[in-house]
Amino acid sequence: MTRRPELRNHQRDLYYFRLRLTVAGSIALFLFFILVARFAYLQIFQHNHYQTLAEQNRISIVPIVPNRGLILDRNGVPLAHNYTAFTLEITPSKIKKLEQTINELATLVEITAKDRKRFKKLLEESRNFESLPIRTRLNDVEIARFAANRYRFSGVDIKARLFRHYPQGEITSHAVGYIGRINDNDLDRLDEDDNLANYRGTNYIGRAGLEQSYEKELHGTTGFEEVETDAGGRAVRTLSRTPPTSGNNLTLHLDLKLQQVAEQAFGNFRGALVAIEPKTGGVLAYLSKPGFDTNLFVDGIDTQNWELLKNSPDKPLLNRPMHGEYPPGSTIKPFMALAGLEFNKRSPSFGINDPGFYTLPGSSHHYRDWKAGGHGFVDMHKSIVISCDTYYYGLAVELGVDNIFNFLSKFGFGKKTGIDIEGERSGLLPSQAWKMKRFKQKWFAGDTVSVGIGQGYNLATPLQLAVATATLANQGTKMQPQFVRQIQNAKSEVITPFAPQIASTLAIKSLNLELVRNAMIDVTQPGGTAGRAAAGAPYSIAGKTGTAQVVAIKQGEKYVESRIAERNRDHALFVAYAPAEDPKIALAILVENGGHGGTTAAPIARAMFDYYLLGKLPAPKDGTVTVDDNEHD
Amino acid sequence: MIRRLWLLFIRHIDNFLLAALLATLSFGLVILYSASGQSFDRVISQGVSMLVALAVMWALANLPPQHLMRIAWPSYVIGLLLLLGVALFGEVSHGARRWLHIGVSRIQPSELMKIAVPLMLAWYFEKRERSMRLSDFAVAAILLLLPVMLIAKQPDLGTALLIAASGFYVLFLAGIGWKVIVGLAISAAAFAPVAWSLMHDYQQQRVMTLLDPTQDPLGTGYHTIQSTIALGSGGIFGKGWLNGTQAHLDFLPERHTDFIFAVLGEEFGLFGILILLTLYLLIIARGIYITSHATTMFTRLIAGSITLTFATYAFVNMGMVSGILPVVGVPLPLISFGGTSLVTMLLGFGILMGVATHRRLVKQ
Repeated sequence: MTRRPELRNHQRDLYYFRLRLTVAGSIALFLFFILVARFAYLQIFQHNHYQTLAEQNRISIVPIVPNRGLILDRNGVPLAHNYTAFTLEITPSKIKKLEQTINELATLVEITAKDRKRFKKLLEESRNFESLPIRTRLNDVEIARFAANRYRFSGVDIKARLFRHYPQGEITSHAVGYIGRINDNDLDRLDEDDNLANYRGTNYIGRAGLEQSYEKELHGTTGFEEVETDAGGRAVRTLSRTPPTSGNNLTLHLDLKLQQVAEQAFGNFRGALVAIEPKTGGVLAYLSKPGFDTNLFVDGIDTQNWELLKNSPDKPLLNRPMHGEYPPGSTIKPFMALAGLEFNKRSPSFGINDPGFYTLPGSSHHYRDWKAGGHGFVDMHKSIVISCDTYYYGLAVELGVDNIFNFLSKFGFGKKTGIDIEGERSGLLPSQAWKMKRFKQKWFAGDTVSVGIGQGYNLATPLQLAVATATLANQGTKMQPQFVRQIQNAKSEVITPFAPQIASTLAIKSLNLELVRNAMIDVTQPGGTAGRAAAGAPYSIAGKTGTAQVVAIKQGEKYVESRIAERNRDHALFVAYAPAEDPKIALAILVENGGHGGTTAAPIARAMFDYYLLGKLPAPKDGTVTVDDNEHD
Repeated sequence: MIRRLWLLFIRHIDNFLLAALLATLSFGLVILYSASGQSFDRVISQGVSMLVALAVMWALANLPPQHLMRIAWPSYVIGLLLLLGVALFGEVSHGARRWLHIGVSRIQPSELMKIAVPLMLAWYFEKRERSMRLSDFAVAAILLLLPVMLIAKQPDLGTALLIAASGFYVLFLAGIGWKVIVGLAISAAAFAPVAWSLMHDYQQQRVMTLLDPTQDPLGTGYHTIQSTIALGSGGIFGKGWLNGTQAHLDFLPERHTDFIFAVLGEEFGLFGILILLTLYLLIIARGIYITSHATTMFTRLIAGSITLTFATYAFVNMGMVSGILPVVGVPLPLISFGGTSLVTMLLGFGILMGVATHRRLVKQ
């Protein structure tokens, strides 16, 4: 009996224990229900959301960069092509101690100071997660050495890349141009054009020349690969593939051999040359001398080379044919003569007695002819052949500046030619309105005098001169100048020719054109200013020499070449086309500080014609140049 | 003869519990094959661990509870000394001091304490059964807090909390007053800011990450983000065995250990999860049944604590994988790869079976 209360106590304890156990069990059950609710939420209600996330995790879209189109000369010689090479690339965002990593890499592969400088420059310009080349063109030994040590360098990879190469680098530099790495400005522009997607994976974009202006054709369409990747970003397998479409190939009018002939003919002179096929407007040769090695720019130019190019007094980066503006000098005279004929201010037989200078009515100022004492009786024909200045002083004044402006602008002076490379300058063709706008000054008759001989305010690019000469050669039909002759679709291989386009047809009497042409033919005959250069040519050349002053000569002083610093000497000019009866090629040549057009510029034209018309390569130069009196312009 | 031996062999095995455990373990091997990247080695290694663990379970099942009582306080004292040893001479691994070298192998004393602590407390309350006072609960609380503090210091917050929970279940079932529980809850809430300031940076980070995993998607939030993606993308029926993209493309970290549940959810979907939950609930239900029919204070308390601790492990792991609890290093019981936790787990179930079968024999 004494144990009874304790027994009851025991029963009660068991009851309370089971109650507590029930409570605990219920809580456990409740918590499990919370879990079930969570699972149901994730797996039923949010399933689509997480499904998408898992797919995004798993599938990455890898762009496949298309091969950039080739640029070929008219005979199919490559001027820009691609090759595959291995580069050592660093992804800076994945590396903490960049400097140290590069130092360690330098123990495996050669990394020059130039490489480092270039890398530094790329780093400043690059997008964040891009991988940047520290070394290009690795050789087999270097590849093997790095591969063996790869585990030490996370964030450093060897990649096979397509490289752009310009086999003719310097000679074709300003025509072909170059590509460069895409920077933020390019990205903004691509974004504006809604073209960003097509540039995923692309590192390069055309920067200058044809590479720039035909970017759309050359780039191609980026392909895409859907790749299953693991968490480390390694591709596990390919799910689908849309192949890229290579860029289209450009075939130019340009004849590389002809271009080389021009380059050699310039010798050590600086200058510009543009040769155009008169009937099509196709650019046969386009030289800016000196050029520069465009290959330097492909992967970002190093500072040292950049400074060298930028500060060189020879201005290799200046695209002279379209960016250089020079006084056209006497090469303007055939056009002035035509204007005189068309405006009925001059007849072929009309002539003047040249005392060696010109004075405006009521003025004592002497506008000098280049030949002291004058040329005696000068009619239109002779004025061109011997390049009489006095004749054109008077003609210009009689025509008046606005007539000159209207007439010359038809030939393309004073405005851009619209050639298929960007960055063209428009030169300067003065008029009364222009002077008022530019200087807020009235036009004086004295201003007109020097316009007549292509000096004064006049400025023209060598390209404009070439176009104007080609127009003359083509009987007044002005063709649109263009580099590209045809485009070949890389995929279908269908060739689309660029049909020659008539820019404008000038209403000029053919009789007048013939008069001027005959005079220009005699320029290259014995007694003409370019007679020596054309001597013995089995075809006829119509040409005109010119000289452009670099520094003004004071009234009463004489220009003596030997007394003037080389870079202040006159520029030599020559425009010509041949054969004169059926022109196949027209050109404009400017030789900087070359002195006389007949002496330095005309022989270059002769070499060009000999090659283009006869297939004759120039004989090695003997280096001596003699000047005879007739060439003194 | 053989039949008699067999009967002797299975005399102390609880068939229901064994069936549920074996079903769960088999399911675990199936998941592990996929989670380990189809590695037979891993599966065989885990199978060997299972055999060892089952042997331990069998041994414990055959051990009468009164014998178990005798080793309660010695194992607790030894465990405590080992923990002190760890604190003083322990080996540092992954930034935490958890291992102790003794002779040839190294051991993790906190693992021993998972069983020793509830044993000790159950033994203590059994001794004080006839005259239980509030002061006894205070003593029990100190017995509990000593190892918990040492383990939390290592630092291994997850294990510390789980051992604290297993001890608390003993206290709760022993009849600690409701007022005390409420008081503890309030003081815990009050202590929270202090605890926060005492926490290690990585522990704070884990809590912060739980609140907003996207805050640090590549760092501490990565685990949770990837495991919830795995679960959610699994949908109702899953992507199919061996077809989980999150698991097989390495997006899931710790996929064959602590995060193996995400592999299950991804490949077998909600359907597979419910199967596992059912198995777990069967085990828990059987545990509660055994507990409620236990005859002595000691057996009741130890059986109850083992059952509830098992439930806690399962809940914490699944909660962490599904992103409702912070990431603490708790394996999914009976499924995650790893021999130690498996042995500890089945050792507990051996005790549970012993409690069930020796009671039956006593009754007979």
